Amino acid sequence: MSIDIDTARRVAKLARIRVEEADLPALAGELSGILTFMEQLNEVDVEGVEPMTSVTPMRLKRRKDEVTDGNIQAAVLKNAPDAREGFFAVPKVVE
Amino acid sequence: MSANTWTIAAARDALRKGEISATDLTMACLTAIDAGDALGAFVHKTPEIALDQARAAEARIKAGDAPSMCGIPLGIKDLFATRGVPSQAASNILRGFRPEYESTVTTKLFEAGAVMLGKLNMDEFAMGSSNETSCYGHAVNPWKVDGRKLTPGGSSGGSAAAVAGDLCLAATGTDTGGSIRQPAAFTGIVGIKPTYGRVSRWGIVAFASSLDQAGPMTKTVRDAAIFLQAMAGHDPKDSTSADLAVPDFEAALTGDIRGKKIGLPREYRMEGMPAEIEKLWADGAAMLRDAGAEIVDISLPHTKYALPAYYVIAPGEASSNLARYDGVRYGHRAKLAAGDGITEMYEKTRAEGFGKEVQRRVMIGTYVLSAGFYDAYYNRARKVRALIKRDFEQAFAAGVDAILTPATPSAAFGLGEMSSADPIEMYLNDVFTVTVNLAGLPGVAVPVGLDKQGLPLGLQLIGRPWEEGDLLNHAYVLERAAGFVAKPAKWW
Repeated sequence: MSIDIDTARRVAKLARIRVEEADLPALAGELSGILTFMEQLNEVDVEGVEPMTSVTPMRLKRRKDEVTDGNIQAAVLKNAPDAREGFFAVPKVVE
Repeated sequence: MSANTWTIAAARDALRKGEISATDLTMACLTAIDAGDALGAFVHKTPEIALDQARAAEARIKAGDAPSMCGIPLGIKDLFATRGVPSQAASNILRGFRPEYESTVTTKLFEAGAVMLGKLNMDEFAMGSSNETSCYGHAVNPWKVDGRKLTPGGSSGGSAAAVAGDLCLAATGTDTGGSIRQPAAFTGIVGIKPTYGRVSRWGIVAFASSLDQAGPMTKTVRDAAIFLQAMAGHDPKDSTSADLAVPDFEAALTGDIRGKKIGLPREYRMEGMPAEIEKLWADGAAMLRDAGAEIVDISLPHTKYALPAYYVIAPGEASSNLARYDGVRYGHRAKLAAGDGITEMYEKTRAEGFGKEVQRRVMIGTYVLSAGFYDAYYNRARKVRALIKRDFEQAFAAGVDAILTPATPSAAFGLGEMSSADPIEMYLNDVFTVTVNLAGLPGVAVPVGLDKQGLPLGLQLIGRPWEEGDLLNHAYVLERAAGFVAKPAKWW
């Protein structure tokens, strides 16, 4: 599977990572190389094999659905690059 | 010998007997750390915290309430969230991040009285095998045989350099595809990745959640047993942590493996394997045989597909886990131009904050999870993963107690030597270790010998799930038989 420049641009967009136009050909080449390496998986007969969902066969524990934490607004906002009036601040998203 | 060179076991005994105070032991390490900046191991030093914790440990020891880790000075990988102390996974995107909470592992260690000396270098988000993707610059291997500076391995490279260079008694590491065992092997120390679920992942920056496990990096197998004991156990905050009793790992070190069956997987005899690695492996098998174990050839037929499966699954999970670094809640936010909206904020922040290798893996992960490719890559990789696990289950069902393999395909290489290489070449470092993560098994790297240049080489033992005690006992026998006592000559 080889990745062309348009696909590389689309992947970068989906990943929300800005890649300059000039860097797209190199990126496409690298991604293609890695995907080619993965193509080996096509040699394996996986007929009837269930995809692994949990590496240890144990049932996830359940807990009571109740509030055990909270009232820590200052701690939650402590590391925010921009916090105002008790909120995370971001560029305008609604026109 | 200065106390920073001691093992955990020796320090524990000396502390209990009152032969040294926890403060003096900590001071010996802090002095070694300040003299060891050339190793690039400690990236955030916390001497005030260390000395406070040492004084508290002293009081506990005096009161006769001293668990094994009480007063033991440790280094903590930068991947662990430590309250009020920079915890940035060696990434610029988490620059300035000081968590308001403490990871479960460090909480347990501190409750046991352990002392934190500081945070340790690593590959960015634990993605790398040479510690060269770190935003702090690389860590350096204390082992040096010529003019070159060598990698301590990765991703837990700072942990390995700090322990091998005697800057601390032991360090925490994490292992997603070999990140504890490969650096341990490159620096002549012991490192164990426990069974998936043995140690809580809560508060550890997530890379690939179905593969990540934390574990100890130590000078001896006994120290690994003591340290793992303090890290392990069920944690309600990690739904994948196992609700199983933690056995006494140190008590499992009987040194008796008579009648045990050790498997040598033929698929690990890779084409082009250096003769030295092959010989080391055969020597290790002979040591276990001399100790009374039976050596058998086994087959793990899907071994060849472990790396490609890993490089679908791990980036897939990483692309999802790393979506949280968006410049909103913590860490770096890019400076925006007039008119930039939220999408530009995400894109610029992530382009500036993530290094090259992290960007590459996030994009690969995004691709393999994207509509139209999910079945072809991700689901297929998960099926292959099931087959890899089944290979091990069949070997264990046939009576094998432990599996012996090389830990790495070579000794430590020079920093920068792989920089022009294809990313895949770097990935090949994990060829012997990555199967263990995919199968969720415990694996331990033990230093066994030196190569002809004089660099350490290690072997890996793989155990049955939840049987870290028995695995460590095998490692203990191998360690004693190999008698690896070499130390790097101090150049820093």
